[in-house]
Amino acid sequence: MSAPSPHTPVSPADARIAPKPRLRRFHQARWDEPLIFELDSPGERGVEVPITDLPVPTLPAGLARAAAPALPEMSQPHVLRHYMRLSQETLGVDLNVDIGQGTCTMKYSPKVNDSFVRDPRIAELHPLQDEGTVQGVLEILYRLEGLLKEISGMDRVSLQPGSGSSAIYTNVSMIRAYHAARGEGEQRDEIITTQFSHPTNAAAPKTAGYKVITLMPDADGYPDIEALRAAVGPRTAALLITNPEDTGIFNPRIEEFVRLVHGVGGLCCYDQANANGILGITRARDAGFDLCHFNLHKTFSTPHMCGGPAAGASAVTSALAPFLPRPTIEFDGARYRLDDDRPESIGKIRPFYGVVPNLVRAYAWIMALGAEGLRAVAETSVLNNNYLISKVLEIEGVSLPYARGRRRVEQARYSWEKLNADTGVHSEQIGYRVSDFGTHYWTSHHPYLVPEPMTLEPTESYSQADLDEYAAILAAVAREAYEDPEVVRTAPHNGPIHQMRDASLEDPGTWAVTWRAYRRKVGGAA
Amino acid sequence: MGHPYIPNSDPEIRARMLAAIGASSVEEFYADIPDAIRLHRPLDLPAPLRSEAELVRHMDRLLSRNKPAELSFLGAGCYRHHVPAVVEEVGNRSEFLTAYAGEPYEDHGRFQALWEYQSLMGELLELDVVNVPTYDGFQAAGTALRMAGRATRRRRLLIVGPVDPDKLSKLEDFVRPDHDVEVLDGSHDGWQAADLVVGADVAAVYIEAPNYHGVLDPALPLLAERAHAVGALFVVGCNPISLGVVASPASYGADIVCGDIQPLGIRMSFGGGAAGFIATRDEQRLVREFPSRLFGVVPTVVEGEYGFGDVYYDRTSFALREQGKEWVGTAAALNGIMAGVYLALMGPRGMREIGETILALTAYAQERLAAVPSVSVPNAGSGLVSFADFVVRFTGSRTASEVNALLLEQGIQGGKVLSETDALFCVTEIHTREDIDRLAAVLEEIAK
Repeated sequence: MSAPSPHTPVSPADARIAPKPRLRRFHQARWDEPLIFELDSPGERGVEVPITDLPVPTLPAGLARAAAPALPEMSQPHVLRHYMRLSQETLGVDLNVDIGQGTCTMKYSPKVNDSFVRDPRIAELHPLQDEGTVQGVLEILYRLEGLLKEISGMDRVSLQPGSGSSAIYTNVSMIRAYHAARGEGEQRDEIITTQFSHPTNAAAPKTAGYKVITLMPDADGYPDIEALRAAVGPRTAALLITNPEDTGIFNPRIEEFVRLVHGVGGLCCYDQANANGILGITRARDAGFDLCHFNLHKTFSTPHMCGGPAAGASAVTSALAPFLPRPTIEFDGARYRLDDDRPESIGKIRPFYGVVPNLVRAYAWIMALGAEGLRAVAETSVLNNNYLISKVLEIEGVSLPYARGRRRVEQARYSWEKLNADTGVHSEQIGYRVSDFGTHYWTSHHPYLVPEPMTLEPTESYSQADLDEYAAILAAVAREAYEDPEVVRTAPHNGPIHQMRDASLEDPGTWAVTWRAYRRKVGGAA
Repeated sequence: MGHPYIPNSDPEIRARMLAAIGASSVEEFYADIPDAIRLHRPLDLPAPLRSEAELVRHMDRLLSRNKPAELSFLGAGCYRHHVPAVVEEVGNRSEFLTAYAGEPYEDHGRFQALWEYQSLMGELLELDVVNVPTYDGFQAAGTALRMAGRATRRRRLLIVGPVDPDKLSKLEDFVRPDHDVEVLDGSHDGWQAADLVVGADVAAVYIEAPNYHGVLDPALPLLAERAHAVGALFVVGCNPISLGVVASPASYGADIVCGDIQPLGIRMSFGGGAAGFIATRDEQRLVREFPSRLFGVVPTVVEGEYGFGDVYYDRTSFALREQGKEWVGTAAALNGIMAGVYLALMGPRGMREIGETILALTAYAQERLAAVPSVSVPNAGSGLVSFADFVVRFTGSRTASEVNALLLEQGIQGGKVLSETDALFCVTEIHTREDIDRLAAVLEEIAK
């Protein structure tokens, strides 16, 4: 069809752009991109490296590489194009309303903060440089510790943990060292946690050698206080608990939990992965906790990077401070320095001083917000959550188990139990269909205590229109489940790929973690 | 007043949303938080830097107090290499930078990029199973040793040094509940790795290639035999950037290989650029002991399409809480994607050339510094080959710290001080012969 001449009169109806449909017409890039090994083109190369005419020493017998590694040979533009296509086939937070990843606090990571960590005055610093040449970064870390002390109410903070889970392990290590220093290391061999805490709260103490006791929720969804009474005793090393839990329910008896555990000589450790909704509202110290940790990539906005690098912070009272990982950062009024001389320290938990780029980003984020801004973060995230709850509960087939009539804090765990009973469609399948509308959805951690779960956490980064859009997508998918369930069961339809035949991932005879294994097991390129 | 990061912070919008919910104020949502634990005052924080311009000025003032070295000989576990521009172009892509836990369908590209990272590392390491990166090389070594302990059900771990004392500290804390650690430090008293006797109660023999002092110990293949003779696993920590020229540990018998991928295209960032790898053969007895995520490739319902998902998910704490293997959570995935880009750019020739360049420059630096009066290079004389790191001993009247202070006055960051007399220096492909000659010339003036 030829284009109309610019001089041909058009009717007003032809010139009108139709309003956008209520649901977004989305299609993610589908590049049908080969595996990188299929792009191998012998003779090409992606980058030149410095070569020297100095003699190369002869390696000892058996330590010289016999055959070159079978890496693909590719020119620079081809490497770039391949990865740009893969990036287009990835739905980052900068592109989507990512409120469907509950428990992970998906929020906006300010772009300006990325510019600080790309600056050579951070990126090109070696951690063992003379202290006089790194006073700026040491000051940032020292100041960040100060900010987190005030936000948690604690006395000292280590910024070394590589993530929230790493911080949980660090806290468990300090708990172990604390009891050992008091001569109760052997006796206190149990750690208590709850079913609705992150799986690491069970797995990290087990790794550290503890027997793990898990409190199940009571009929209202609160961790069962009678079960706690039965569990505490002279063997209790600590309670690891998050509040609000991953259900979004705040446990109002938290001080009583702390008293029960302190009463038998145990320590109380607060997982603050869900701190976003309570910043400036209530603090770990105010409820009597001895230790807590933050996930800087959640609450303090550092980007999530496909699953890290993250960064964690472990905060403790002065009674636990001697056990902090070394080094700590000290300031004498003129100069910042690293203090490695800490005889009771649990020692090193990672190389050097932490995931510094994320520590810099978290510092900048807090400085941009201040006390008033952090309060706005908390209040807006709970407002967004309760607004979303009111919209979601209008959808047929969904419910919000536990704590009826109570508000949720910053997230909520819903159930599609009724929809599943009515239609046979599972929560996971709803998620795949939701992705057809350009957004992400997650069920919950296993095991599914809430049947057919869905966990939504809107955070402060989304507008009323974003929340309306997300709720409209859920409503449309639920309606499809009732009217045309096949469309949901066969999703995704608008993504980069179609449904996987993934049973082979569980079979040692067929699983393939690398291209080498794939070629060996399946027999070369498809 | 609304904050630019928070769309709904404007009072009018908030009032509209509260009305829609039927709540009188945000306070209603906090009704379950008892008054006794409420913070009844604003947090005591510095006044916010609300404008981006103010924030940039504040950060610039702090950053200006950092001075990256023009010429530095620091290594010791964190390495300055050239980072190809394409690596950062990919790593800075907003889709990768801000993605998280998306499903294999909407995050297909992330899954493919991480599977390809595993595969590229698999070729470098000559092993079929490589994990999605864990936090860092320390964690990778700790987990590798615990994996060996679970696979053999034995308590004793033999660590053959020299190993970074900070790494030893982490290892001892991490394996303590299940293992007794014995450290045999080859750098002491003429003890050689070849002298090692391995008992039948040993779960794993751990050694590094190159070791903390940069040496590629000729006894590595022998140690593999000794470990295997008694049913122990041979665990090798290695620097992956050496493997274009140095034999892969798997080729001389390693059962588990681990280390840090920071040298593969990740900036130093004051030590914040770490990410750990763990690799094994594709044997169920080893694969089942990984706590980390392992992505696998599978077909989809459409011919010619690849999909990616978690292999053997029920190993993990995500599935099994305390019954899983150690724990898994957010770790260092993006560094893996970037290391994959690096390996794809380098290819087999680039990896060989960079390895040769570093070996040659290390040998030259050792030889050149050993010729300086009052300086000796203990590991150079006996025919040992070093990669990147090497020990320098100051035999004159000045301590290693004093020498470093004087070097700094000349704009040079010297090596990591190991003792009164010794420091660990490092060269990589970014150094030139002229850089090394300049160091030697300055040392001739100051190392007295």
